[in-house]
Amino acid sequence: MTTTDHDVSRSAAGVGAAFLTRLESIFGEHGLIRQPEELLVYECDGYVIEKNVPDVVVFPESTEQVVKVVNLCAEFQVPFVPRGAGTSLAGGCLPVGGGVMISLTRMKRILEVNLRDRYAVVEPGVVNLHLTQHLKGTGYHYAPDPSSQGACTIGGNFATNSGGPHTLKYGVTVNHVLGAEVVLPDGSVVQLGGAVEDTPGYDLTGLFVGSEGTFGVCTRVTVRLTRDPAACRTLLAVFNSVREATQSISQIIGAGIVPAALEMMDQGIIEAVEAAFHFGFPLDAAAVLLIEVDGLEVAVDDEARQIIAICQAGGAREVRQANSPRERQLLWKCRKQAFGAIGRLSPSYCTQDGVVPRTKLPEIQEFITAVGQRHAIRIVNVFHAGDGNIHPILLFDERDSDQVRRVLEASEEILLKCIELGGSVTGEHGIGVEKISLMHRLFDAHDLDVMRSVRQAFNPGGLCSPMKMLPTAGACGMEHVMQKRPGRRAAL
Amino acid sequence: MTHDPTTSACGEPGRLAGSATAAPQPPGRIGGQIDYDKFLDCVHCGLCTAACPTYLETGDENNGPRGRIYLMRSVVDGRLELTPRVNAHLDLCLDCRSCETACPSGVEYGRLIEPFRASQRRAEAARQSARNADWFHRYILYCLFPYAQRLRWALAPARLMQQLRLDRLLETLGVIKILPRRLQRMQSFLPRLLPGGPPLPEFLPALGPKRARVALFTGCVADALFRHAHWATARVLQQNGCDVVVPRTQVCCGAIHYHSGADHPALALARANAAAFDAAGVDAVVVNVAGCGSMLKDYGQIARELEPAQAALLAELGGLADKVRDVSQFLAELGLIAPRGELKLRAVYQDACHLVHAQRVREQPRDLLAQIPGLELLSIAEPEICCGAAGSYNLTEPEMSDRLARRKLANLLAADPQVIVTGNVGCSMQIQSALRQARRAIPVVHPMELLDLSYRGVAFSRG
Ligand SMILES: Cc1cc2nc3c(=O)[nH]c(=O)nc-3n(C[C@H](O)[C@H](O)[C@H](O)COP(=O)(O)OP(=O)(O)OC[C@H]3O[C@@H](n4cnc5c(N)ncnc54)[C@H](O)[C@@H]3O)c2cc1C
Ligand code: SF4
Ligand code: SF4
Repeated sequence: MTTTDHDVSRSAAGVGAAFLTRLESIFGEHGLIRQPEELLVYECDGYVIEKNVPDVVVFPESTEQVVKVVNLCAEFQVPFVPRGAGTSLAGGCLPVGGGVMISLTRMKRILEVNLRDRYAVVEPGVVNLHLTQHLKGTGYHYAPDPSSQGACTIGGNFATNSGGPHTLKYGVTVNHVLGAEVVLPDGSVVQLGGAVEDTPGYDLTGLFVGSEGTFGVCTRVTVRLTRDPAACRTLLAVFNSVREATQSISQIIGAGIVPAALEMMDQGIIEAVEAAFHFGFPLDAAAVLLIEVDGLEVAVDDEARQIIAICQAGGAREVRQANSPRERQLLWKCRKQAFGAIGRLSPSYCTQDGVVPRTKLPEIQEFITAVGQRHAIRIVNVFHAGDGNIHPILLFDERDSDQVRRVLEASEEILLKCIELGGSVTGEHGIGVEKISLMHRLFDAHDLDVMRSVRQAFNPGGLCSPMKMLPTAGACGMEHVMQKRPGRRAAL
Repeated sequence: MTHDPTTSACGEPGRLAGSATAAPQPPGRIGGQIDYDKFLDCVHCGLCTAACPTYLETGDENNGPRGRIYLMRSVVDGRLELTPRVNAHLDLCLDCRSCETACPSGVEYGRLIEPFRASQRRAEAARQSARNADWFHRYILYCLFPYAQRLRWALAPARLMQQLRLDRLLETLGVIKILPRRLQRMQSFLPRLLPGGPPLPEFLPALGPKRARVALFTGCVADALFRHAHWATARVLQQNGCDVVVPRTQVCCGAIHYHSGADHPALALARANAAAFDAAGVDAVVVNVAGCGSMLKDYGQIARELEPAQAALLAELGGLADKVRDVSQFLAELGLIAPRGELKLRAVYQDACHLVHAQRVREQPRDLLAQIPGLELLSIAEPEICCGAAGSYNLTEPEMSDRLARRKLANLLAADPQVIVTGNVGCSMQIQSALRQARRAIPVVHPMELLDLSYRGVAFSRG
């Protein structure tokens, strides 16, 4: 194994024996991992292009233990990074510079469910779907439903402000977090917001949601519970061209309808999910729209009729309606597991996550096709079309470094185009390490300075999640990497 | 080569894959015969993690499917040495294949861990001299388990003791504590041994118009412990218009051998079965034990893994595999003749992993049970999470097995059932043992036993 010249890892050198001894006295032998062969699996998350092993992984079971490890890190000046289920697609859990990884997976109790006041208090390691399963039969659910909901944690959702198909109508995570408990990098524990709406003072909850673990470690979340809709209709509209599909999306929203969800899958994705789940998608269709409306029984049929009419006028060759709850479930399963099903098409994939104004969907779609052709990279698409959130998925084989290079170039071109069209470089996956070099394209120096000073306020030493989200180095002496190689990915 | 964390810098591409520094190992090395593409199917998305019982219990990625695939692949790539710690994480895997159900990429986890383990065991066996080989594996797993008749004899004293209630006495006196630890565990796992009845005859004719001709696989442990379930299965098949053949020449499915790396004995058993069932000339080979069923269905795959060059063997074993059906799957395909007898029971159906995950048989047993008049099927939390039985896992990983048994029991009891129904010997034993420890007397039966009672119009009376 060769040592690379851009060795940014401070592993082993970074944490000394004294630090480890102290850490062991907090966590005991079962609450901590420090052997190289067991640390290996923690070198990356859902983003596999960059990797680095942490020096040690700890599994706190209480806020107190989190406080202790954070204090110890401050004392020894060791960087740390929180990790939930590790489904981040942006390298949010990459332990840049080594240090301590704080895995929240053992803090997974549902502490309180209050149906009368419609909230629940959970620990950060609770799996998103487990909360909704726990609520089964109560008439309530937790609304944000990222496609990874069967595995990702509420803490991870909190940190990345996750969205999902149904957030078009119900709003993203920030709309469903009422309060939180966080451990700041100086070891202090603060309570943000609370079970009631609109607590006075600054909206710190809103500030922390989506901060990608750069302000501290979230140890408890109070989430809003949403009443189950009385009725819903799920439609599948089949199109012979992507342009017709994307235009119909604008038409639907333009007509004043707010579907609960409005998703698009193109032919490549249809092929993958059909192979995985055998729903009966037409394999020759250029695109399908998956549309759901929910609300009162009387209203949904009316809305469904309107949508069918719009799609047909827009060129849909067929509009189907899910006939049973089982069929609806299967349709959503296909959509939600679409990324994963990509494994059937190619050994590696890179899911991009950009946003454009809805009306620009046809334009960006055509641009993506052209980029794919130019770089000889196959790109398939799945869009949270309702809010203009695009997910082009670039297929490649990570063992071929030339393909990796072309994928990164193509990704960048697509994201820059999103910015040009008035959009942004991430809809929901976050900046992580993946998109850090694009931040200065999105924001000017003043904007970034304001963000930096906010981070400075909570995380002055920069020990918490260094090199994430903002293109400044933390305290871990990483500046040289940036200087030597403009943009992190040049390191490839 | 051991993995050296100091050299693993960010931004080095292709390290997950077999990059230039880590060519896949030649066959003969640990995991060498695994089809490398099966590793590449995993895109590292992590959607499988929360489906994994051992990850749920420990929260450690090393004990989850994505982590285990990463570990195995790193070993195959030569990036990682198979240290005792790595081994421990792989050993802790139940091979329940819940991750396969959860994985949208279609990763065939079982076809990674099983050959990986088998090659590990082979390597161990090559290292160890016969003399100090693990007595437990040698005698109990090899000499006793595969042979139904020997097992029945071995269990005869236990059956007698149970009948005379002597086992309870010995337990109370603590005499059992002087047995070796694993024997103690085996003793505590023995369910109430029912008088299973005589061996099944070689042929049982269809009742009513004949709809199919099937062979019944009886297995080794199952025939020794659960012959009453075989009888029930045969009668249900007869009721549904099936001629039932029970070939005398059939043998153990070979799962125990295969999983412990004894390829040649496993292949020999597979071939004996292929011959036995081929001669029977049947439409389907029906299995009522989930574990045996999934092994039989894997015969083709296993032939491909172990003897890739032998096309004839592949055809022979693959041919049998194609005919294998779980009994509930078979009856659902055939169309069940609705039973008439009322069984007023609140029942939970407990999924056996080797049915629901390995064979993807989930709805069929529920649909069949739902046709019994009066029977109410209750649902439970975490139905897809393993009970911890997992073959000999309850003997080799007792601690995790107990944790999972307690977890399962809590979920089962929350539904307050009068009877628990499950389609696997191992699960049945595990749940019965957990119930005994919790001092709860809820009977655990095979779905075919309930159908049989309903056809015969006999009331349910055990427990
Ligand atoms: C197949 C697939 C589909 C996906 N679909 C969606 C989707 O539809 N919508 C969407 O928004 N995302 C999606 N994602 C991305 C990802 O699942 C989400 O970002 C999710 O919220 C991450 O949760 P996690 O528990 O896995 O967090 P991790 O990946 O472990 O961490 C993500 C980030 O949060 C930080 N973090 C985690 N826990 C804490 C904590 N307790 N305190 C402070 N910081 C913390 C980490 O440091 C990291 O920066 C998808 C991912 C995959 C693999
Ligand atoms: S096994 Fe499947 S679900 Fe699990 S990480 Fe790999 S691709 Fe994803
Ligand atoms: S087979 Fe079961 S225990 Fe093993 S990794 Fe898969 S889900 Fe986990």
